[in-house]
Amino acid sequence: MMTAENESKEIPMVHLTINNIPIEVPQGTKIMQAAAKLGIDIPHLCYHEDQRIKAHCRLCSVEVVGKRRLLAACSTEVWEGMEVHTDTQIVRDTQVSILQLMLANHHRDCLSCPRNQNCDLQRLCSRFNILESPLPSVVKEEPRIETNPSIVRDPAKCIRCGRCIRACKDVQGIAALTYAGRSSDIVVTTAFNKPMEATDCILCGQCSLVCPTGAIVEKDDTTKVLDALQDPQKHVIVQVAPSVRVALGDAFGLEPGAIVTGQMVTALKLLGFDRVFDTNFGADLTIMEEGAEFLDRLQNGGTLPMMTSCSPGWVNYMEKHFPDCIGHLSSAKSPMSMFGAIAKTYYAEKAGIDVKDIVTVSVMPCTAKKFEAARPEMGRNGQQDVDIVLTTRELIKLIKYVGLRLRQLPESDFDSPLGLASGAAAIFGTTGGVMEAALRTVYEKLTGQTLEKLAFNEVRGFEGIKECSVNINGREIRICVAHTLRNARRIMEQVQQGTSPYDFIEIMACPGGCIGGGGQPIGTTNAIRKKRMAALYEIDRSLPLRKSHDNPEIQTLYKEFLGEPLGEKAHELLHTTYHKVSKPYEF
Amino acid sequence: MSKTIRFLTRNFGQYDTSSIGSYMKIGGFEALRQAVNMDPEEICEMLSDAKIRGRGGAEYPLGRKWHQARAVRGENKVVVCNADEGETTTFKDRALIQNDPFNLIEALIIAGFVCGATDGYIYMRAEYACLRPLLLNAIRQAKNYGFLGDNILGKDFNFNLHLYSGGGAYVCGEGTALIRSIEGKAGRPRMKPPFIKVSGLFARPTCLNNVESLSIVPHLLMDKDGVYASCGSDESIGTKMISVAGNVNNPGVFEIPFGTTIREIIYNLAGGIQHDREIQLIQFGGASGKIADASILDTPYTYDDLRAAGVMVGSGGLLVIDKRTSVIDFLRMNQEFFSEESCGQCTPCREGNLHIKIILDKIANHTATAEDIRIMATIARVMSMSSLCGLGETAQNTLQSAMLTFPEVFDVGGNA
Repeated sequence: MMTAENESKEIPMVHLTINNIPIEVPQGTKIMQAAAKLGIDIPHLCYHEDQRIKAHCRLCSVEVVGKRRLLAACSTEVWEGMEVHTDTQIVRDTQVSILQLMLANHHRDCLSCPRNQNCDLQRLCSRFNILESPLPSVVKEEPRIETNPSIVRDPAKCIRCGRCIRACKDVQGIAALTYAGRSSDIVVTTAFNKPMEATDCILCGQCSLVCPTGAIVEKDDTTKVLDALQDPQKHVIVQVAPSVRVALGDAFGLEPGAIVTGQMVTALKLLGFDRVFDTNFGADLTIMEEGAEFLDRLQNGGTLPMMTSCSPGWVNYMEKHFPDCIGHLSSAKSPMSMFGAIAKTYYAEKAGIDVKDIVTVSVMPCTAKKFEAARPEMGRNGQQDVDIVLTTRELIKLIKYVGLRLRQLPESDFDSPLGLASGAAAIFGTTGGVMEAALRTVYEKLTGQTLEKLAFNEVRGFEGIKECSVNINGREIRICVAHTLRNARRIMEQVQQGTSPYDFIEIMACPGGCIGGGGQPIGTTNAIRKKRMAALYEIDRSLPLRKSHDNPEIQTLYKEFLGEPLGEKAHELLHTTYHKVSKPYEF
Repeated sequence: MSKTIRFLTRNFGQYDTSSIGSYMKIGGFEALRQAVNMDPEEICEMLSDAKIRGRGGAEYPLGRKWHQARAVRGENKVVVCNADEGETTTFKDRALIQNDPFNLIEALIIAGFVCGATDGYIYMRAEYACLRPLLLNAIRQAKNYGFLGDNILGKDFNFNLHLYSGGGAYVCGEGTALIRSIEGKAGRPRMKPPFIKVSGLFARPTCLNNVESLSIVPHLLMDKDGVYASCGSDESIGTKMISVAGNVNNPGVFEIPFGTTIREIIYNLAGGIQHDREIQLIQFGGASGKIADASILDTPYTYDDLRAAGVMVGSGGLLVIDKRTSVIDFLRMNQEFFSEESCGQCTPCREGNLHIKIILDKIANHTATAEDIRIMATIARVMSMSSLCGLGETAQNTLQSAMLTFPEVFDVGGNA
């Protein structure tokens, strides 16, 4: 019985030749992956390894003996005896023609493009030695759309591959972007052609992460930072999110998941920042407040389930899509904004610097953080908690700008007093991390006992929705962790209907959490996200300090400045409010 | 001698198309009664023996298609009637629906029985809105008479019919786009696999047939005397509905036995060319069809003979253009159609149609270079070889056949 079952599950092998080279691959393999095994890179633009196959761009067309037409290598499964040719005259003509056709309908001023030298179309044109297009330009001159602090669209650079549409619809379940029109008038656009922020879009930036060209990019704030750094009046401090240190190396030739914390700090110091601090400190602070809030809700009959609020895409989602449920969101600000608030108050006081001269910069894996920083709630007395947000991608640009070779830089430590952080804070950058960090603290606060086994394996991993139950002091705390908004919707529908079985829910808008954020390096895939996730747990394991409430700098901060978690000062500086945001189709 | 025949059209004018009773008086639903008492495989074999090829244009053998539909494993199978008839100069399906709606309903029920389907859908082009009441009435009456619904004719066979109208896009005649359109999505084709026979409408196994292909079936089931088999030739048996348009005196729909010559079609049935002008070109099978010059006139209208002459039966439309229209102007008009109707998803079709239009305009303005002609030929070939769906594949059939038939039109001189 067992044997029969095992046999039926075994995937049969298929034999084929590609360019006359024999190869054996499991049944169901697509031509593109079979060719990759032989080291043959079949060109493609609409294909993305984490997405449903579209077969739109047709660039991967290959010749198969016996077939009248070319077949798309991305979508065609191999068969026994198949003879594939990836480099015949008609295949070359097709590849070159398609690229020329795309170029004729593409804004071709590469020098002014933020994706210059990091563009799939440019790379392929270079590969096929396309020096000029013989076709007249048919591109419609359209202005860049820069109406929000996070994402910029440049329709003249769009090649209609549909990757952004799939990311928005299939990953996030939002579908703010879609095709409209047809034939050569087809465009990727929003409902009623509205600016993205006025649609269902929550500015997560997953579209910008998968765009093969410069059609959707982050709003570039590098110039603001460079200017601030050159201003002798300004005391410019920077904080870096936990997930940046395990992603930055990708752009400098390191293996995905490489931990470059020390080199990154050195680079930031060489860039001229007056102080280099750690958002992880803010994360520890978040656990103090959010943990206390959860305990308060649990013990005093507050609104449950409580939901985390550190992912700004998620907060935007709640305000737009489930405004009737915003009472479930923790009022705690995100680590970034908490850090900013402390920097502009406690730190300014301690360092004796006029708050007006302090510029707080944060480096985030996230485009929505730019929007969060600009929220009027995030600041006081005309001062924003965070003045400028850079994405990981923009930090890469700055490091390259000043000519630093990240790999060769010595390692340095974050500055004090806002630079020390726990392992619990480090794992904020992955799905499940905030929950685990919170549980470490909540457990000890509730029981008064030391938590010995720190890893909550039930909330670790890449699965979309994870749940578990933790018994603390005889009380079952029912936990749920979800990432991507498609999964969040399923959780929220339960909450909305009052059938949610949970007490505490962590949601991260992006796949994998911040390690897979919309501001991370171009080329981020789920395989790479998993490596970054492992790296964060590695950082956690290697630290002597693993629980937020054990962080001595946090303890000092409460003692010297904040008082108690949820206290008056903490409430004023570290908590926020949410409000319903109307959508364009609500009349 | 009249070259038309009344096999598929035998019911035309013979009954009141708004009355099922009237249809039954002339033998309506007898074919269905016979079919439900037959082994469905036997019906597939009958269709295969009659060598019926799909009449929508793809020419896929009907018997094989139904046999495959039967063999697919899956619940709630669907048969769909493609009444989108979007090819230019093609209007024979309209004649079939208008003059014999109950035969189509009967055919679809038989298809449902053979394929093991529970639902049938008719997807009719937006422009045929005037035929909606006729079909809805026919469906309603068939339901009232128990030919639709549960336990049809006392058999363990449940089947319902639904009518959908398109939104006007030519591409919705393509199977996957048609299905998406019924599903309420934008009518844009998708890649295959999954093939619709496995996962089609609402992800159910789907068997898609043209109006004319379906309409043959009831008549063939009742064809005791072998009239159908006696028409045509070896590979092209039976009769064919054709529509003739253009500069002819008597445009219209005709049913012909396969093997009728093009000359007989144009000069006998369609009444010859207006004012006895000379033929410039004939386009076979609509905008996605190929063209020939007058040298094709003595070719018999069969699948094989037309193919040998460089054209195809396709949708069954014939467009006759006289010498007043230049080849290049005709091509520009044809290109205009595709530049409008491409869905825009895949690169070769979206961008290729745009650039071919530009180059055709240059030829018309005498500004094209030999390099332009070379580029145009390459784009046309790339489109036909690599486009996502049949629209892009066939959009340049007309141009490519024109380049073979009228090479002088593209000889722009010079070395570019």
